[in-house]
Amino acid sequence: MAESSLLENPSANGWLRGPVDWARKNLFSSPANSLLTIVALWGLWLAVPPAIQWGLIKATWIGDPAACRAAGGACWGLVTEKYRLILFGIYPYDEQWRPFLAVVLFIVMLATAANPRFWRPWLGWVLVAGLVVVSVLMWGGILGLPLVTNDRWGGLPLTLILSIFGIVLSFPLAVVLALGRRSQLPAVRAWCVVYIELWRGVPLISVLFMASIMFPLFMPEGVTIDKLLRAQLGIILFTAAYLAEIVRGGLQAIPRGQYEAADSIGLTYWQKMRLVILPQALRLVIPPLVGQFITTFKDTSLVIIIGLYDLLSSTKVALSDPQWRAFYVEGYVVAALIYFVFSYVMSQYSQYLERRLSAGARRR
Amino acid sequence: MPTDEIVISLKDVNKWYGTFHALRDINLDVRRGERVVVAGPSGSGKSTMIRCVNRLEEHQSGIILVNGTEVSNDVKAVEKVRRDVGMVFQQFNLFPHLTVLENLTLAPIWVKHMPKAEAADIAMKYLERVKIHEQAKKYPGQLSGGQQQRVAIARSLCMRPSIMLFDEPTSALDPEMIKEVLDVMVELAEEGMTMVCVTHEMGFARTVADKVVFMADGQVVEMNTPSELFGNPKEERTRQFLSQIIRH
Amino acid sequence: MAMVAGIGWFLVANTLTNLNARHIATGFGFLDREAGFGISEHLVPYLPSDSYFRAFEVGLLNTLEVAVIGIVLTTLLGLVMGIARLSHNWLVARLASAYVEAMRNVPVLLLLLFCYSLITVSLPLSRNAFNLFDCIFLSNRGLRVPAMIWDDSAVMVVSTLALAVAASFLVGVWARRRQEKTGRYFPVLWSSLGLIAGLPLIAFLATGAHLSFDVPHMAGFNFAGGSTVSPEFAALLLGLVVYTGAFIAEIVRSGILAVSYGQTEAALALGLSRMQVLRLVVLPQSLRVIIPPLTSQYLNLVKNSPLAVAIGFPDLVSVANTAINQTGQAVEGVSIIMGVYLAISLILSFLMNWYNKRVALRGGR
Ligand SMILES: Nc1ncnc2c1ncn2[C@@H]1O[C@H](COP(=O)(O)OP(=O)(O)OP(=O)(O)O)[C@@H](O)[C@H]1O
Ligand SMILES: [Mg+2]
Repeated sequence: MAESSLLENPSANGWLRGPVDWARKNLFSSPANSLLTIVALWGLWLAVPPAIQWGLIKATWIGDPAACRAAGGACWGLVTEKYRLILFGIYPYDEQWRPFLAVVLFIVMLATAANPRFWRPWLGWVLVAGLVVVSVLMWGGILGLPLVTNDRWGGLPLTLILSIFGIVLSFPLAVVLALGRRSQLPAVRAWCVVYIELWRGVPLISVLFMASIMFPLFMPEGVTIDKLLRAQLGIILFTAAYLAEIVRGGLQAIPRGQYEAADSIGLTYWQKMRLVILPQALRLVIPPLVGQFITTFKDTSLVIIIGLYDLLSSTKVALSDPQWRAFYVEGYVVAALIYFVFSYVMSQYSQYLERRLSAGARRR
Repeated sequence: MPTDEIVISLKDVNKWYGTFHALRDINLDVRRGERVVVAGPSGSGKSTMIRCVNRLEEHQSGIILVNGTEVSNDVKAVEKVRRDVGMVFQQFNLFPHLTVLENLTLAPIWVKHMPKAEAADIAMKYLERVKIHEQAKKYPGQLSGGQQQRVAIARSLCMRPSIMLFDEPTSALDPEMIKEVLDVMVELAEEGMTMVCVTHEMGFARTVADKVVFMADGQVVEMNTPSELFGNPKEERTRQFLSQIIRH
Repeated sequence: MAMVAGIGWFLVANTLTNLNARHIATGFGFLDREAGFGISEHLVPYLPSDSYFRAFEVGLLNTLEVAVIGIVLTTLLGLVMGIARLSHNWLVARLASAYVEAMRNVPVLLLLLFCYSLITVSLPLSRNAFNLFDCIFLSNRGLRVPAMIWDDSAVMVVSTLALAVAASFLVGVWARRRQEKTGRYFPVLWSSLGLIAGLPLIAFLATGAHLSFDVPHMAGFNFAGGSTVSPEFAALLLGLVVYTGAFIAEIVRSGILAVSYGQTEAALALGLSRMQVLRLVVLPQSLRVIIPPLTSQYLNLVKNSPLAVAIGFPDLVSVANTAINQTGQAVEGVSIIMGVYLAISLILSFLMNWYNKRVALRGGR
């Protein structure tokens, strides 16, 4: 039984002497375990061969729905036909090299930020510069690039824009909130607690609603902010509350002695935070920060509900074509794979960092 | 005063961890009332050997008999052996979510189906014997290491075992606490408890043990009375090891 | 301080000006007015002629229904998957990890949309519904099951069931007392199961062995009779449960791993059986590690439930959304949503904290 086997010493994994022994030890160690294995194998037998049949053998790679229906398998023709729509939404077809380049730039930025060797103060500026370049690429209107207003942006670039701008821009707010929540001044502390708990208590979707219908009401007459900006603002305000709690965790992990040492050499509050505490605390919180980034990355899919065309929405649009509607599995599988690759790489990265950091801590 | 009755018997016992051969053809008999001390360098398989006796580790070949019961895959047999054999660990392993008293009564209540009041009476008796009955209502985290280890000994005794296994019971303790634990163990030995004890306390071995087993590289290298083994070791490996501990 | 107040005043002033300019009323007066829209699923009677307030109530009840059923199911799924990940059975452990990794790395909304398409596109039309014993039908209109008709015998059976539940609780208390006194163990689980299954069965036979059901049947192009689990509800529940279950599995796994293996060894060495070790030593300790993150997963499930909007299940947010579109009173609508979710969050956190204290209290440090 599963319950009983979990009590066995996980490190005592038996002796490896060939596949038969291995199977006896790991699959058939007891009658209950054998039963479990057989049930699992039976389930796999029911699921895997038909899936391969459908996805590979009987699949149609290029072609229209009629051809797919005749073949009876997966219709990857949907992807070959519509991948531009899924990836880039309704961005002008001839200009789609620009969002493509933006995605490449985003990936380069993420890879740079992921490398501990580059964790220097200038990294922040590099990222900001990268974001500016991305914005110019997407908007155009200068350097001979035709102007593309953001109501035509969509697909993967939009998902990346919302999540990366969301994390980067909410970060300073989060640090202020975290410091505020640990402030000596009761009023500051109270405001920060209320802010953080309020945002953390409500669903993101209600925040997006609020952003899309209430932000316009907040603005003075004549000022309008467009839909994308509203959603982006909502995501920033919302994410900041979660990030603040993560940063606070890091601040709490810094031993008292560090604060006292900084005070004793006469640093002011802001000097102490900037030079001593934050550099240490922020290093500690990088793994949960990556975790929050994954969450934000996945959560940006909710903008579908206020009518923006991120990756998931553009997939849905591609599937709304009546003749392709029956092939929703293919569409969602492709979108899921894209989300999966990004999130999985990031989560593996965060686990690697965690191991690295804890190893570093032990060495100290 | 050991009798002739053999209560633990290991015959040609072998154990592997993966491809690592941790126990090689171990042969060892322990008689009722006998006090056996197991010594040897780190990684020589001392813990592994005594943990095979109550099936915390599984041996792959050879026979282990405890009070006539073979230690095997048979769950019932293993549970019987474990009721007869108490064990004390280096890291105490008290249950942190239970009070000292509850730590002691847990097994009598659930394994021996003893009424709670009776189990508590017996527990208090053993707590008095290890001299910490005032701490019965505390949680393990509130006790010192020495006190915790004495609670752990009392916890095992509450099951009225006929054999006690000790795996380096004093290695995790500060020097001043070692004595209080050793005193309890000496007392137990004087009452005639059958004991198998992995320890580096050579003083304890000299005064208490009937037999010292010296292990190295998963093998029993030498086995003799303490005076013989310490005074006149036959094997080079033993001599080397003894000179090392004496130097420290 | 002054800056915050200044910004607040600026926003409020702007909002009021804007509302005036658009001739939108303020205040919660609209709640008494007729809603005028239908809601497809309601646990309490509802008509379009009912008030907005009633509509909000219906939405809230739907939200709570999803939350309660979802939390129960996802806990079970997470527990099973978490334990399966630690299984010594290589295949079972791998399958469980694959599930966890797959779910944790895709958006929940994608999962919901997929489940919804699965039900509405891939399941057969009503007239070709999967048919189980001619009384349970699965089609793209949802799951149609027989509904019990409340005659005397049904009331009898259901009330004996309640009685049996109460009785097995008493048996539990009695068994614990007796064990403390005499040490003898009483098989509470089996006897409770016997009671809960047996008593209603006896009542069923005694009242003439007949229960009447309203069995669904085809009428025209759709079913009549019975009760329905709608595709929207099923997709929402399925998506939320499967998604959250993966996170709970991770929590359960790390909770169990957080209890050092020495604890299990010490308990085994005392002669406790593996089930006893799990129940008396490992679980009580891992619960303390598990409960705080579990609370936030429960909250996540509740906070993800408004994604119902995307597939058309009438939860609170979707009702509020309709109300806002009709009345234009966005500020009020959004405040109701936020207020309700804040209240749910607070109540749930409070309950879980209380339970956590109860678990943690025994434990000194
Ligand atoms: N679970 C395990 N998996 C793999 N190898 C193990 C395991 N437990 C012990 N070993 C190996 O078996 C050998 C014997 O270990 P054992 O713990 O019995 O040594 P020991 O004599 O008790 O040493 P110490 O004095 O340090 O406690 C060691 O080399 C150890 O690395
Ligand atoms: Mg050892």
